[in-house]
Amino acid sequence: MQISMSVNGNEVTRDIEPRVLLVHFIREELGLTGTHWGCDTSNCGTCVVLMDGQPVKSCTVLAAMADGHEIRTVEGLASNGALDPVQQGFMEEHGLQCGFCTPGMMLTARALLDKNPHPDDGEIRQAISGQICRCTGYATIVRSVQWAANHPVGSAATGDAADPSEAEEVTA
Amino acid sequence: MRVQQPAATGLDLERVDGRAKVLGLAPYAYEHPAENPTYLYPVQSTIARGRITAIDTAAAETMDGVVAVLTHLNAPRLADAADKELAVLQSDEVGFRGQFVAAVVADSPEAAREAAARVRVQYHQEPHHAALRADHEDLYKPEQINAGLETDTQAGDPDAALASAAVVVDRTYTTPAEHNNPMEPHTTVAQWEGDRLLVFDSTQAVHNARKTLAPLFDVEVEQIRVVAPHVGGGFGSKGLPHAHVVLTALAAKVTGGRPVKYALTRQQMFFLAGYRTPTIQRLQLGASPDGRISVLTHDVVEQTSAIKEFAEQTAGISRMMYSADHRRTTHRLASLDVPVPSWMRAPGECPGSFGLEVAMDELAEACGIDPIELRVRNEPAIDPETGKPFASRHLLACLREGARRFGWERRNAQPGTVLVDGWRTGIGVAASTYPARRQPANTARIRFTADGFYEVQIGAVDLGTGAWTALTQIAAEALECGPEQVRLQIGDTDLPVATVAGGSSGTASWGSAIIGAAQMFRKEHGGFPSAGDTSEGDGERNPAGKNYALHSFGAQFAEVQVHADTGEIRVSRMLGVYSAGRIINPRTARSQFLGGMTMGIGMALHEQSVMDERFGMIVNHDFADYHVPSNADIRQLEAFWLEEVDEHAGPLGARGIGEIGIVGAAAAVANAAYNATGIRVRDLPLTADKFLT
Ligand code: FES
Ligand code: FES
Repeated sequence: MQISMSVNGNEVTRDIEPRVLLVHFIREELGLTGTHWGCDTSNCGTCVVLMDGQPVKSCTVLAAMADGHEIRTVEGLASNGALDPVQQGFMEEHGLQCGFCTPGMMLTARALLDKNPHPDDGEIRQAISGQICRCTGYATIVRSVQWAANHPVGSAATGDAADPSEAEEVTA
Repeated sequence: MRVQQPAATGLDLERVDGRAKVLGLAPYAYEHPAENPTYLYPVQSTIARGRITAIDTAAAETMDGVVAVLTHLNAPRLADAADKELAVLQSDEVGFRGQFVAAVVADSPEAAREAAARVRVQYHQEPHHAALRADHEDLYKPEQINAGLETDTQAGDPDAALASAAVVVDRTYTTPAEHNNPMEPHTTVAQWEGDRLLVFDSTQAVHNARKTLAPLFDVEVEQIRVVAPHVGGGFGSKGLPHAHVVLTALAAKVTGGRPVKYALTRQQMFFLAGYRTPTIQRLQLGASPDGRISVLTHDVVEQTSAIKEFAEQTAGISRMMYSADHRRTTHRLASLDVPVPSWMRAPGECPGSFGLEVAMDELAEACGIDPIELRVRNEPAIDPETGKPFASRHLLACLREGARRFGWERRNAQPGTVLVDGWRTGIGVAASTYPARRQPANTARIRFTADGFYEVQIGAVDLGTGAWTALTQIAAEALECGPEQVRLQIGDTDLPVATVAGGSSGTASWGSAIIGAAQMFRKEHGGFPSAGDTSEGDGERNPAGKNYALHSFGAQFAEVQVHADTGEIRVSRMLGVYSAGRIINPRTARSQFLGGMTMGIGMALHEQSVMDERFGMIVNHDFADYHVPSNADIRQLEAFWLEEVDEHAGPLGARGIGEIGIVGAAAAVANAAYNATGIRVRDLPLTADKFLT
């Protein structure tokens, strides 16, 4: 079947099998591998993306269900060469270790801050309650989101996004 | 030994890998681009022991998109099938439920999974044993236990000493099987090009992985390249290659050179990626009325898989922790038809500290003295087991510092007396320790580039610990340049040989090779090198190990609330103080300590892999039923460390920090729960039902 959706602002149209999950569509078909796959039972939240601004577990959504919708993944967080404050926050406050849960955490945080620019710690914890981090113990994740809340888009402290070639060097 | 002065190390440097990770660009094993890939999905055995009598693959083979269906009947032969965990699809034998019995390779993950579901396997089932019991009939004594330690040790006459001791604690403690569950599933992408194998793997040790694979596929290690620039956690389970790595490489032999990608599902990880073995520990402590321990015995029964021995060093901690003239430690294994146990964060010390440190709490109560004071009274002057002096033993300083920061003086020694808003509240303490290991067999290479950078190369791995950052700092300090002038390369067997990211040994082992290379570089090329100048340096076995006992120490404090009506239990506060030698990067270090404590809370309250012995089945094999701490479970958590540099730990002065945060954590929680309720739980985890009496 043919589906079309907007992914990080780009229109994509593909022929797919109806059974393909959104997470696999994003990773395998579109090659956007920043969205991770961690559990197969909708428990871990490493696969969270935004669908029309709402966090969804993309392992629990069929790609076909995203037809006509707007999807935002971690690759679409930085814009015009600038990191999203949430990304900057996770770096500043050490909100990650292995980084596997990080894209999902950041997208949930983005959606939260869009609705509620000044959440308290309890609201942040509530927002990420469906997501597991096995490394950090969560406190730095909460602090990272608070950092982002205190440095909204456009404020001076948000840094420049690396161009991908620079980021690749880090991982070489 | 010369100890490097803190310069670039000790800095609160931002994570080197942070940017790539927040951009979603850090490639984990599955994320590397693969040309025209195929996808693997396995078939797992549905019996715990027996033989495959027939496999019908016809329906699977004729499906669209299926490239191959492999079974023991048609799979390529391995050159060496001695390791039965790794000898996948080599025989009709089934050794545990969940073992690989077939695999489908297909053009899409969906097609592979559907075809795998259509493979029909018939078995001849044989009787199996899958439950660990203290009175298991064929308990046996392994030749040695892990880390190369002696299976049993004895000093003095423990039985006689127990008979004459004024105060005796004699209790049995159990810890359940637990699964590491790193967030990134175990993943392998394998591709053969002629007789050369390229593997992207989620591994803690690229060089060890290829050393294990080479003889299986009858190739030289140089013909295999293993790549792992980023790993999404491991906690031990990615330390040794498991069956899926072999299966994926084996399947890649029949795809005509196309890569094969395989990420275990979370459910499969419960059978195929290792786990912490369950333990049954009998502790006997005999002491004088004022709490001086004369005798300490720690007898352990634990399980291994019948197809491959794994002997957790559970009682090792009782050999060095406290002074006692009469001591005994033993380990007995029940060989069961179960998945193969493996390493999980602080193997040995982690489960062993639960038994020992809860028993210490019981002894403190029996003697009527404060648990910290009990540890003070039994602090050994030298390592009781080896007779060597400790290179650095600051357990008491950790306990005192922790007591001060935590507010220990507010503890009410009488259990079950504090009730606030329906919650019984108490606090508890436990000691922690972990050996300081430095692995030899590490080499680092440093090259000066045309554009003025120092390229530092070593085949180490960062599984989330912060190695990218710490090794950059170590190199910068040793070269006396800024961290921004260092270009680190790790996670590839094309880089010089390095040992495993495990046993809290990584940073110290790799770091000493980097320091060696830097010193050699300056000696050979001076302070103003030219482009292309290159030097290598090796790590070395720590010579101090001959004369000193090398361990880290810590103190764990917990505050626990148990609901008086429902038994619901919460860890409201936890605080750890550690003595781990020099801290290279406070940011990544704190995160490691807190992560260890968090996993310790999981061990205390939630984690338990439940075996249905009738079927050899781990029934709660997913995240819906195997509970790890979520953010609501982790409230106030603090980690501190003593400022110190261990001059016996090597040129870096650091002892490793990855595991000590979990050791003793569950005991501290259990001791706090006792203080809160007066109910002594000796079997982990501390679930609500255990507080309903
Ligand atoms: S993969 Fe775990 S919730 Fe989607
Ligand atoms: S950083 Fe590893 S799972 Fe969150």
